[in-house]
Amino acid sequence: MNADVASAAGREGGSIGRWVAGRLTNLAPLVTLLFLVLVFSLMAPSFATLDNLGNIMRQVSITAIIATGLTFVILTAEIDLSVASIANAVGIVVAYFTLQETYVNIANVPMPGAVAILFALLAAFALGTVNAVGVTVIGIPSFIMTLAMMQIGAGISALLVRGQIAYAIPDPVRFLGSGMMGPFPSIVVVACLFLLVGHLVLTYTRFGRYVYMVGGNREAAEFSGVNVKLVIAAVMIISAVCCGVAGMLGVAYYGSAQQNEFDDYLLDSIAAVVVGGTSLFGGQGGIPNTILGLLVLGVLNNGLDHIDIDSFLKVLIRGLILLLALIINVYAQRLRNRAA
Amino acid sequence: MSEGKETPILEMVGIGKRFGGVTALTGIDFDLRRGEVHGLVGENGAGKSTLMKIIAGVHHGYDGEMRIDGQPVHFRSARDALAAGIGMVHQELSIVPQLSVAENVFLGVQPTNGLGVVSWGRMKREAREHLQLLGIDIDPSRETGTLPIGMQQLIEIGRVLFSGARIVILDEPTSALSPPEVKHLFEVLGRLKAKGTTFVFISHFLEDILEVSDRVTVFRNSRKVATVDAASVDKAWVIEQMIGAGHHELADAMLGEIRLESPKGAPVVFSARGLSRPRSFADVSFDVKAGEVVGLYGFMGSGQTELARALMGKARLHGGTVSMGGQEIRLRSTADAKKAGIALVPESRRAMLFTHEPVYKNISISILERISRLLLKPAEERRIAQGHVDALRIRPFSVEPEVRKLSGGNQQKVALARWLTHLPRLLVLSEPTKGMDVGAKDDVVKIVKGLKEKGVAVVVASAEPETVLTMADRILVMRKGQIAQEFAERGVSKDQLLAAA
Ligand SMILES: Nc1ncnc2c1ncn2[C@@H]1O[C@H](COP(=O)(O)OP(=O)(O)OP(=O)(O)O)[C@@H](O)[C@H]1O
Ligand SMILES: [Mg+2]
Repeated sequence: MNADVASAAGREGGSIGRWVAGRLTNLAPLVTLLFLVLVFSLMAPSFATLDNLGNIMRQVSITAIIATGLTFVILTAEIDLSVASIANAVGIVVAYFTLQETYVNIANVPMPGAVAILFALLAAFALGTVNAVGVTVIGIPSFIMTLAMMQIGAGISALLVRGQIAYAIPDPVRFLGSGMMGPFPSIVVVACLFLLVGHLVLTYTRFGRYVYMVGGNREAAEFSGVNVKLVIAAVMIISAVCCGVAGMLGVAYYGSAQQNEFDDYLLDSIAAVVVGGTSLFGGQGGIPNTILGLLVLGVLNNGLDHIDIDSFLKVLIRGLILLLALIINVYAQRLRNRAA
Repeated sequence: MSEGKETPILEMVGIGKRFGGVTALTGIDFDLRRGEVHGLVGENGAGKSTLMKIIAGVHHGYDGEMRIDGQPVHFRSARDALAAGIGMVHQELSIVPQLSVAENVFLGVQPTNGLGVVSWGRMKREAREHLQLLGIDIDPSRETGTLPIGMQQLIEIGRVLFSGARIVILDEPTSALSPPEVKHLFEVLGRLKAKGTTFVFISHFLEDILEVSDRVTVFRNSRKVATVDAASVDKAWVIEQMIGAGHHELADAMLGEIRLESPKGAPVVFSARGLSRPRSFADVSFDVKAGEVVGLYGFMGSGQTELARALMGKARLHGGTVSMGGQEIRLRSTADAKKAGIALVPESRRAMLFTHEPVYKNISISILERISRLLLKPAEERRIAQGHVDALRIRPFSVEPEVRKLSGGNQQKVALARWLTHLPRLLVLSEPTKGMDVGAKDDVVKIVKGLKEKGVAVVVASAEPETVLTMADRILVMRKGQIAQEFAERGVSKDQLLAAA
């Protein structure tokens, strides 16, 4: 299939080929998604049901909130490896400031729910600010800075719960994380809201334009008088705050707050953004791509549970399919750049 | 094939090339004789680079036939072309700034020892030798991105010249060079030509073209209009073929004296005192008045491009003070400089354009905060950009295409347009006519005149004497990072300028 598309794009007269090549970064994940849906539907009758659609949506919601912030970061050609760790820490912070049952052996500091939530959001903001200062003021590459933050977040989590598990969280958090809004799970509604706002900000605001331009060519943005450091600082903080919200709702979703609860989300959120077609080199992609990536990931994770294969093999298969999606993506991007 | 007439080393028949709706080349017949230097000229967007990219294997979907030594060929990639002995220096630099000079000279063809291990010693030694032939003596282990743009250009030229290619295409190789480097380059061309290398030389410096070429081909609007012996024509004829009759003033060589005159009684807008930056410039002081154009002339590496960057807050000043309208200002970032009313168009296109974004976004980026507080207003952006596209005659006449699809000279105009909506108080132009055709250069001169009338203080930094002579009211000559001489309120000729630099 690739070869066909490539030669169609090469015959630069063929306008359909050029059209396809130009949009391939969006089409590739879409095709991957349709393909996966088709395969799973054929292999497992329990897959293509309305119930299961609801499951998939709920399963990707936390990733979606994290990936929204991460999309901003990756669009500026930076990276945030501390997302999962910040989510975990903030989830634990909100539990730390909530009165726990007596059998939970944590030196917690009970506060009214609103205050606990405020403290948690402040914690997320503060961790994001540390990332931002490290990257922009001190000049540490974001890869390294957020790697350090990953440890710091894990450290905060460990210190606050000391190997224990906390259960109580403020009611609003519980409602948003595990309640229902009419027929819809509230966590899905929140995730959709985050994606929507993220999309609107990136597409229709001046700040969103700066994000793309900084990622497209940082030096040119600087020469145009754009305050590049401020833009990068802002995306690091946006990412941390999204993670904070995801962390709180995640605690409600899982019903407990404990160490290492979010470890899988680092890879999942990066995979969602990149499989969706947003370039790791910055400047290309966006929330619609992230949504596609989330669906690919969600369908893949969920679908593998519906078919009858060795559960130890599943991890490998998942890895291989993700790799394939990435390869297609890289080729698609190359073709797009070549197509006039 | 040793009949009376020798087979051309390369022959192209009926070449056509379209990019979507844009016709870049129509029915081109073109040939190269072994061991000649073939000059290629034409307006911005005429199709010069496109034809050369076909030869170099970059574009492979085209009509017509190409033959090498009489054999039909169709390259599928630049690698194919390289294997057939064709090397090209592209208009846009393709050196890797993070790599060392030596690595760039040998990019892709590193010398190895018997075990296939890169031999760094040999690489550095040979890189140094190659570059010395081009008249530059630098430490081959330096990071390339830290060198002045002209030096980077020479490194890239060096890579292709000494790659052993039999056909070497040079697409505007001298656009960032000053006269001494150009002279060196021409000497090297002469030497390689004597050994049988064939060259294509694209340039908007028509005197240079006529000096080095054996034959000259003129392009106009995607067609070839003529191929002639260079010795049989002059600059005026070439310009007439390029853009039509009635442009005699463009052909005037700057042989006579230019009268320099600054506006009288205008207030000083910008002043610099004792500016210095290690390894770039030292103790530079000057003032610019409202409506005055100050030329900063110097050979490559004299510090004028670094000075221009420092004025925009892009390179840190280590000493000295800068003030706008009598107020001392600090230049910690480009955002600071912009707030103070300073704007810069740098010499490197790569450093100023968002190549994957449409023209209008490239133009509006510097004025977004004036058009919109929070929400973007794309219609307004397009309207403003369209005004500049029309006024500067940027082709195609549309604000939608991605900038990378524009020809080199038109890209340069887009970068300039960025600062023409809300005028800065001080506009610094570094090599503003780089890569522009004669007509476009004239347009820039007119734009600068217009800015003067509106009271903008302008600094034009260039290593090319004509640029400074046609625009400036006062000229500061820089040498080794210092202002060596000032020409003001007097006549000055190109020779005097060169002598001072
Ligand atoms: N990749 C591309 N996609 C679409 N159009 C292109 C592309 N490359 C070139 N063009 C168009 O083809 C025409 C010829 O461009 P080309 O770069 O060959 O001009 P040129 O003669 O080299 O001009 P200059 O002196 O400005 O470098 C222009 O109209 C340009 O916009
Ligand atoms: Mg060109």
